[in-house]
Amino acid sequence: TNNLFVDAFLQSNRLDHVSQVMGYHTSYLDHFLKTQNFILRGDGPLPFHYRHYIAIMAAGRHQCGYLINLQKQEFLLLGGEHSWLKGLSSIPPKLKNLYDINKILAHRPWQLNTSHIEKLTKGKDSWSLAEVIHAIVILTHFHSLCSFVFACGVNQEVDQAGGYKYQLPGETRVLAHPSNTNQSNPKDIPTVDITEDWKNSSHVGPPSPTEPEVGITTIMQRMKTLSEQNEECTPVELAKRFESIETQSAELGLVGADRQETPADISCFIEDEKFGYQDFAKRDEQTDFPTFRVQDYSWNDHGYSLVNRLYNDVGNLLDDKFKTAQCLTYYTMGGRTDVDTSRFRRAIWNYIQCLLGIRHDDYDYGEINHLLERSLKTFIKSACCYPQRVTKKDYDRVLREFKHSEKVHVNLMVLEARMQAELLYALRTVNRYMTN
Amino acid sequence: MATFHVVQEGPVNALALNRDNTQVAIGGRNVFKVYAVEEDKFREICNLRASKHLNLSFSCNDVSWSWTDDHYLATAATNGHVCVWNLTKMGKAMQEQDYQEHKRTVNKVNFHASEPNRLISGSQDGTMRYFDIRVKNAVAIFYSNTESVRDVQFSPHNPYTFAAVSENGSVQLWDVRRADKCQQQYTAHSGPIFACDWHPDSTWLATASRDKTIKVWDLTSKPTLEYTIHTIASIGHVKWRPQRKYHIASCALVVDCSINIWDVRRPYIPFAAFNEHKDIPSGVAWKEDPHVFLSSGRDCKLYQHSFNYASRPASKANPQGVSLNNKGEILYAHKIDVNNAIVKAAVGIIRKTSTTQSPDQFHLASSLMHQFSLIDHSDKSESDIFIALAQNYVLSGRSLSEMCEHNSAVAKEYGKSQISVVWKIIKTLYGEEFLQNSNSSGSNREDVISHNNLPINNIVSSVMGMEHDNDQRSRGGDTPAAQFSDETENEDQVDHIAIYNNGFPTYLNFRTGLPKGDFSFGENELDMELDSGIITDFQSGYRNFITPQQDFILPNEAFHIRHEIRNRSPPPNQFPNSNFQDISVDPQTIPMEEHPPALLTVSCLPKMPLWDPSCIVLDALKHHAMLGDVQTAACVLIVLGDQRKCLTELDESTQEHWLLGYIEMLSRFQLWNIATQIIKLSWIPAVEQLNQQSTRFNTNCSNCSKALQRIGWLCDRCHSSRYALCSVCHQVVKGLYAWCQGCSHGGHLLHMKQWFAINKTCPTGCRHLCEY
Repeated sequence: TNNLFVDAFLQSNRLDHVSQVMGYHTSYLDHFLKTQNFILRGDGPLPFHYRHYIAIMAAGRHQCGYLINLQKQEFLLLGGEHSWLKGLSSIPPKLKNLYDINKILAHRPWQLNTSHIEKLTKGKDSWSLAEVIHAIVILTHFHSLCSFVFACGVNQEVDQAGGYKYQLPGETRVLAHPSNTNQSNPKDIPTVDITEDWKNSSHVGPPSPTEPEVGITTIMQRMKTLSEQNEECTPVELAKRFESIETQSAELGLVGADRQETPADISCFIEDEKFGYQDFAKRDEQTDFPTFRVQDYSWNDHGYSLVNRLYNDVGNLLDDKFKTAQCLTYYTMGGRTDVDTSRFRRAIWNYIQCLLGIRHDDYDYGEINHLLERSLKTFIKSACCYPQRVTKKDYDRVLREFKHSEKVHVNLMVLEARMQAELLYALRTVNRYMTN
Repeated sequence: MATFHVVQEGPVNALALNRDNTQVAIGGRNVFKVYAVEEDKFREICNLRASKHLNLSFSCNDVSWSWTDDHYLATAATNGHVCVWNLTKMGKAMQEQDYQEHKRTVNKVNFHASEPNRLISGSQDGTMRYFDIRVKNAVAIFYSNTESVRDVQFSPHNPYTFAAVSENGSVQLWDVRRADKCQQQYTAHSGPIFACDWHPDSTWLATASRDKTIKVWDLTSKPTLEYTIHTIASIGHVKWRPQRKYHIASCALVVDCSINIWDVRRPYIPFAAFNEHKDIPSGVAWKEDPHVFLSSGRDCKLYQHSFNYASRPASKANPQGVSLNNKGEILYAHKIDVNNAIVKAAVGIIRKTSTTQSPDQFHLASSLMHQFSLIDHSDKSESDIFIALAQNYVLSGRSLSEMCEHNSAVAKEYGKSQISVVWKIIKTLYGEEFLQNSNSSGSNREDVISHNNLPINNIVSSVMGMEHDNDQRSRGGDTPAAQFSDETENEDQVDHIAIYNNGFPTYLNFRTGLPKGDFSFGENELDMELDSGIITDFQSGYRNFITPQQDFILPNEAFHIRHEIRNRSPPPNQFPNSNFQDISVDPQTIPMEEHPPALLTVSCLPKMPLWDPSCIVLDALKHHAMLGDVQTAACVLIVLGDQRKCLTELDESTQEHWLLGYIEMLSRFQLWNIATQIIKLSWIPAVEQLNQQSTRFNTNCSNCSKALQRIGWLCDRCHSSRYALCSVCHQVVKGLYAWCQGCSHGGHLLHMKQWFAINKTCPTGCRHLCEY
């Protein structure tokens, strides 16, 4: 971890909180940093300042001030124009054309269709397909990174003076820590990093008043029974279960209230703010947007090949990242060791993709209800679809018997599963566009 | 045999032919049908999705037809089921077995070739299961210990062996009787393997992977890689062509919509391609006939293809390719005519040899690649070139255009084509011809100017673009591009014409001239030696051209220096030739002054302002200086002579900077003569004075060895002028004292000269053979 931190610091001149939190999972952090570095600073069709601006646009969809500020700095460092930061109204039309895709990918990726791609690649200020792919990779990366940032309660970097400026009364995300608040002195190195801060807070979380949480023992018990019972159920039944998970998730409440207003310096990067997630099960145009069958367009078979073809090498990086996130396990759960967590992980992964309308034919969605209890589902759904509503409190409230590293792991899976889902939708659309 | 197709309601994932190739089964997410293959159409026999109870078991990833019993079909479903269908039954009873043993999607299902009722499946959960269709559960389970199995195939040679390929890039060979462990395992690809196929006759196994290769392995003993085919996309399916030992069909997984038939011996271009599908093809099945096969695709179509309608990519490939790089080197690749070679060889022995290209000769195609370089400077370092250029440049004593022409040739000779072009531009812009033209009488000035302006613009713009161009060409790399070379030729010819029109017959466009010559040589003779012979000819031609000029420079230098030291005069103007033109800083005023008022027409003036090239030249010079090539910048400035004043934008300090930089470089390479020449030719006081600092050198008294500080002929210590006497007239020499460094005797310069005009030994009689 230490070496990785050093590398990360050398690359970006800071060790941001995200990397610090991810430091719990060294092998993953390695792939994450490699990928992020490649898509922002490596070879690619887009100019460097464009990349950061796209990242800002992506983070703007979830009102993630933290990422916006970080990317703003990078943008300026790379010679981006100051005036662009005034908002979407002052950027070149080429970038602006991307906004539709950004919006749709962030909230309702299933609505993306070939006409969106066509609009980008034809006419004035057109994009090449390689540029589109690059932009899509950046967009999805930062959309899902927003989920992680909010879900882990990562707060502003210490040197980001603006970090505390728009602290609304209702906002609980920022932790009042003495060393963090007197950050006026620039020489004051952030000695107390937030992970620490974060450890202290974990056990203080108030017990959830509504429902008692299902303990780890129960989860393990259930996983065991699931693997033992060889219940034969008809495929129809399975299909129903998928539907029911979808509908149930639609009924789930959400953590936190929507923010009343968006700070001005963020809202300038947002257009059509009302456009948000809509439950896939409740989508109006049931027939227009059928369930995405992962067997028909999978990352391994199709997505990888396409992305690698149009944007060299990134396929390998993403492939490694997905694989690590999917297979990461220490065989522990809470304090217990030697646990086969694959079912639990698969349940989380598939649940997230289910929220975005992706179905794995070979998965029994009944397992999700067995393994993920309501509060966890609510948390995952909020993190995935409404990240801006998730606060540190919510983080503390779920999975109370789990260790921090395990909770971060869950958030990582939210990040990766969501990114993969968005990418699959986007790449499938590009593929269709290319073959038509 | 005709090509025909039938459209389905959804994408087709797989197809299978029955034993005698009369029927075909196709399966997909929304398709599951059996067709009869007739002479020119498909006839639907049954639709297995007709039943009301549709579920995921009907959406198949793969279909297989029993080799022994025509009634049995097996399908692999996305939800992990393996189903066996009996075509003789009706309705729900058709589904004879439904194995729900795999936990994940089943990727592949295959009937055993000889054992009836046996089939095997490979799944995403990493297991393979061996079924007997009469039994409810799997007979044997094979754990591959990998993430997922993508393909399983029974060996046609050994009834117990089957091969399995998986997503981690490994190939496993299993014996169906031994489920505990695989017989052999090796890593074949760097990415997931999507398909494999046994060769029907030999012990080869072809594997296809996401890493965009198809590999052919010989499994006789230890697996050895026989052939590798490079494809443009990930390959999802491969199938050997019957009765053709080296042919294999492949379908891509994304992007590439054609079905390619490869000859494994020629791995870079398909032998034949079928482009009927509009989306990626998902499966290929050969009828026994090697000329007919069926294919299914994600574009919802089922095709029968016939080889008559195949397109042959090889015949459309460019037969030759040429590429240039920015050093003027040329790569040329071309095809060798295999047939001719064979015919020639065979003529003596067998009379009858087919001259048409038969398929067997396809793989014999080969090509040659030649690399031509103008003059091989690769062994010379940059500093060598620097020295050579410094020595060979002519910076004074001739007319501007002559010098430019010469310097351009020099630069060209040493492989600096860009610099050579810069010289040519300078010549064109500032040469006497141009200025004369522009100053010629008013009656025809209009067309002269227009004449002059246009080509110059052309030349400059084309040259400015040159670097960029060259980059592109070299980046284009080895992609053969016949039309590309055409373009460049055309482009260059345009330049040629423009220049000749302008009346500069000496402009030799060498860079482009040579490629053309080579090109024809490559085609006719393909003889490297011949070419290099020509190049050396050119080279020696250049040498001849240069040598007399070197002679011309050196004496010119030897005399003037002393003269200057004594007089402390500013260096004489070296450019009387270029001086005679009346050049004004603002060329636009010229027409005004010179025009006879009577001929002045209103329309003429505003239209034809003289184009001022200075800023472009300046940019070019700055560019070179930025690249670290001060040499060019400084030399051009010097050659320009007084015309450098036109470069109004260039401040003196930059000029001084360049000159000093060049001088410093020269002295580092110990090219003192040239450095001195530069100093002498410079026009900036700071540079000029370089030669006049610390020029004082005291001689010593030959008696007491005390330095003669005050005057050269009287020693302050010895109080005598004895040792400053002229050895001819024995008078004290009070001016220039010339002496021999060998015997240290000397005297008046004039006397010594006269003496040595007749004699060879020292005038004092010391018998030293002075060499002065």
